[in-house]
Amino acid sequence: MHPLLQLSRTIDRLSRAVYSAVCWLTLAMVFIGAFNAIARYGDKYMPIRLSSNGWIELQWYLFSLVFLLAAPYAIRLDSHVRVDVFYGRLSARGKVWIDLVGGIVFLVPFCIFGFWYAWPSAMQSLDIREVSPDPGGLARWPIKLMVPVAFVLLTLQGIAEIIRQALYLSRKVTALEAGLEKQTTEASS
Amino acid sequence: MFGVVFLMIFIGYPVAFSLAGVALIFSVIGVYYGFFDYALLTAFPERVFGVMSNQILLAVPFFIFMGTMLERSKLAEDLLRTIGLLFGPLRGGLALAVVFVGTLLAAATGVVGASVVAMGMISLPVMMRYGYSKELSSGVICASGTLGQIVPPSVVLVVLADQLQVSVGDLFVGSLVPGLMLAGLYALYVIVTAYIKPETAPAMPKEEREAASGKLAGQVVRALLPPLVLILVVLGSIFLGVATPTEAGALGAVGAMLLAKLNGRLTLDALRGTMQETTKLTTMVIFLLIGSTLFSLVFRGLYGDIWIEDLLTSLPGGRIGLLVACNLAVFLLGFFIDFFEIAFIILPLMVPAARVLGIEGDEMVWFGVMLGMNLQTSFLTPPFGFSLFYLRGVAPKEIPTSAIYRGVLPFIGIQLIGLAIVVFFPQVVTGML
Repeated sequence: MHPLLQLSRTIDRLSRAVYSAVCWLTLAMVFIGAFNAIARYGDKYMPIRLSSNGWIELQWYLFSLVFLLAAPYAIRLDSHVRVDVFYGRLSARGKVWIDLVGGIVFLVPFCIFGFWYAWPSAMQSLDIREVSPDPGGLARWPIKLMVPVAFVLLTLQGIAEIIRQALYLSRKVTALEAGLEKQTTEASS
Repeated sequence: MFGVVFLMIFIGYPVAFSLAGVALIFSVIGVYYGFFDYALLTAFPERVFGVMSNQILLAVPFFIFMGTMLERSKLAEDLLRTIGLLFGPLRGGLALAVVFVGTLLAAATGVVGASVVAMGMISLPVMMRYGYSKELSSGVICASGTLGQIVPPSVVLVVLADQLQVSVGDLFVGSLVPGLMLAGLYALYVIVTAYIKPETAPAMPKEEREAASGKLAGQVVRALLPPLVLILVVLGSIFLGVATPTEAGALGAVGAMLLAKLNGRLTLDALRGTMQETTKLTTMVIFLLIGSTLFSLVFRGLYGDIWIEDLLTSLPGGRIGLLVACNLAVFLLGFFIDFFEIAFIILPLMVPAARVLGIEGDEMVWFGVMLGMNLQTSFLTPPFGFSLFYLRGVAPKEIPTSAIYRGVLPFIGIQLIGLAIVVFFPQVVTGML
């Protein structure tokens, strides 16, 4: 196999592992959300306080982890929404061309920009060991740190996609080898 | 910049990244020519953080989870079958069942495609088998699947409330009457059609009904009541102010799992499918929002927002002019882009102008419901309507596209009547607030 393609596949595996892990967080989120809802009521009638800012914050921490960390593999799964009025009518190679150019011109610059700007703010948060302003709240810096981490993972996935698209377009590998069968089979059917 | 971004979106690269990419390119050009202050971009991490800690958007994955769970565990399918049997003796009974279930369940998924596809796959074959006309079947499926979007509790309404800066509860309440009104009009149309042209919407054959009648009562209790109660409890607790939409969504999701469990349908497959669907859809929606956040940051930095606001507020006719322009724009854009893109890209431009012209509070809720209904009409309108494409995708070959087009026409008529009622009698929205 082409060595660059191997790199792509390694990145895919990393993204997929992260994605599979965060899928479970949706379930955790649902239970914690339900717990928070019940706890808020329970507090009125019970001597002990069940609800806390910690649990409430955990809920949106998980929410953030889900969309930040699932985004890279969502590119692989092609689940970021497109407008396919025009795209849908293109040939297989045409679609891959658009994705290649889009990846180079839009996706990767955006990820680098996102990292560039999120990094200082995350570092600042880490330096002062930022915690939630509310009593009983969670440490704030870990979740802020996840923003630049997400952009690094997105950049990697962007590069993985660019590699496979470029290899496919230069006819070095087949669509199936490149993992582009989704784009290419839809066009032919 | 606006023109360029539309061009780019139409090329077909994922919308979220196209928005962000175009924004960056324009900011670089702007900095180069000295009319854009790049320090504005330092607000971006703060904006992302705002999205992360947004309590309203937190409801999005919960409602998606609830809806997908009901679908993946096949509870939605059971519901449709049971209502079909219940209304079976009636002419047009199955079509009524589709209206009912579409209104009730499609709500929770929120993405037009998902609800129309699900309804199409479940009910189209059944309707064909019982001899319904192709036109009526496809029309009623498209219309009901699309209707779910503006009937609470829907993800679309949650996002819309966030963008309009009104409370989700208010928007749910406001959209309830118009939504039910449309469902009622659909049902009325089905009944009238079945009466005038019985051959297009026959009742279920007698033998089949009798075979099923013994078990029917049990099925109603088992398949119909629980999901119905679940949705009503979720909605009721929001309307009564007992729970926030986020809390109600989380409880609803747990409730959906519980129902699946009680029916022995909470398999690992169903759970995994639900979790994956929730993850994918949430990521898609939120990244779209992040992309459009960056876009609007740059757009504002280039004073594009002021330009649009001036344009919209200086239209001839003041408020009427604004309403006409917004409706027209949304209707046309609805041919090409889905609800979320419109909510994130277009609405932020319209809302300030609406405020300037005195559309506030309850009227903002009305404004939202009106645009929502309008979009829904747009999704149904040939040749571009989204719903039609999706149904085409799952419909069997014997159903020609022209039948789908003819089938939705009466429903578009009903939509327009509904829209007119909302426009001319805002009380149907604001009366309940």
